[in-house]
Amino acid sequence: MTGIPKLCYFNGRGKMESIRWLLAAAGVEFQEEFLETREQFEKLLQDGALLFQQVPLVEIDGMKMVQTRAILSYLAAKYNLYGKDLKERALIDMYVEGTTDLMGLILMCPFLSSEEKEKQHTVIIQKATNRYFPVYEKVLKDHRQNFLVGNQFSWADVHLLEAILMVEEKNSSVLSEFPQLQAFKARISNIPTIKKFLEPGSQRKPVPDDKYVETVRRVLQMYF
Amino acid sequence: MAGKPKLHYTKGRGKMESIRWLLAAAGVEFEEQFVETKEDLEKLRKDGHLLFQQVPMVEIDGMKMVQTRAILSYIAGKYNLYGKDLKDRALIDMYVEGTTDLMGMIMYLAFQPPDAKEKNLALIIERATTRYFPVYEKVLKDHGQEFLVGNHVSWADVHLLEAILMAEECKPDILSPFPQLKAFKGRISNIPTIKKFLQPGSQRKPPADDKFIAEVKKIFNI
Repeated sequence: MTGIPKLCYFNGRGKMESIRWLLAAAGVEFQEEFLETREQFEKLLQDGALLFQQVPLVEIDGMKMVQTRAILSYLAAKYNLYGKDLKERALIDMYVEGTTDLMGLILMCPFLSSEEKEKQHTVIIQKATNRYFPVYEKVLKDHRQNFLVGNQFSWADVHLLEAILMVEEKNSSVLSEFPQLQAFKARISNIPTIKKFLEPGSQRKPVPDDKYVETVRRVLQMYF
Repeated sequence: MAGKPKLHYTKGRGKMESIRWLLAAAGVEFEEQFVETKEDLEKLRKDGHLLFQQVPMVEIDGMKMVQTRAILSYIAGKYNLYGKDLKDRALIDMYVEGTTDLMGMIMYLAFQPPDAKEKNLALIIERATTRYFPVYEKVLKDHGQEFLVGNHVSWADVHLLEAILMAEECKPDILSPFPQLKAFKGRISNIPTIKKFLQPGSQRKPPADDKFIAEVKKIFNI
């Protein structure tokens, strides 16, 4: 009998955060092992625990899963957050790829110089308000349902909420032109498992700081 | 009744090539409409055909699908190239993400300035031979089967073959330390639908040349 899923990553958001969100939304308890030293990472490499020598790593159901998207797809399907058929899955996948691209812009911010950071912030807000948010606003407006796909809570809803909150951290009024998204944000935040995850003391990680950046660079020995 | 899938992209590999490979491998005929100018792209955007203003876009089964991975997953699911259960799919997804990362590096090589190209080519070869190919070599060696997952041809096999051929274009003898992959390449290339796709006259696109790169930069303003 396998135990609860075990996440191996830095003590911060990065690429693991979407996985934490999805597990939390599904009401699944999980453990975390935090990478703090280079030696820990080298041990993982030597033990052959990392298929492509990279984290995130999630030990689940007897597998050592790597590659963020593969892990998220597995969790979505396992916990019935992937729609009811192939076409719903197609919609969910498209929407999630959009929010992945948007959050990807934010993910790299802590590693940029102050000057690059400012430029990137502008790009993030511009893309969020011109390319991404209008899409989800229209989806919700057109079908008038509570959730993005199939009138049922799915991975796409969790991922969009995560993206909204991340962009709001850069500019708190970014949703001002998007009434559907404002209502969506409130609705999804009130789902009990998600409400719990949004409370202090949960496994949700804070906005990355200099200490996080330093840890990542030290552990991965990547000085970008 | 929906017709054949219709692919919208520039007349080159880019992100659409993996989709062409998968459709071809599944024996599915498809049409292509090429984005040749900035105006072509603007028209697609203005007409509301591109969900996130981007190509690839594939018209299939009444949908205008965008986002490469979403499209590939749909095709794999539809044409039984996604394994038999959730665990097979997890393995296929992991393997495909690896080959996606490797092919992504090769794709961007063509767009780099000359001084960065040499360094990045060396990195590609290093990653292929120390990070990616050893994984697939070991998978095949350990289970002794013909295909990567579940003893059945899948998207993972098609994607790996595509990656191998792209890597060989970077360094022709790159498979020399990998006997399993050499045999795999021979086997998968011989699957009738794939063999056909590898022949001249198919919809497979050639590597990007300078002329094509210049056109792409103009169309996408990069």
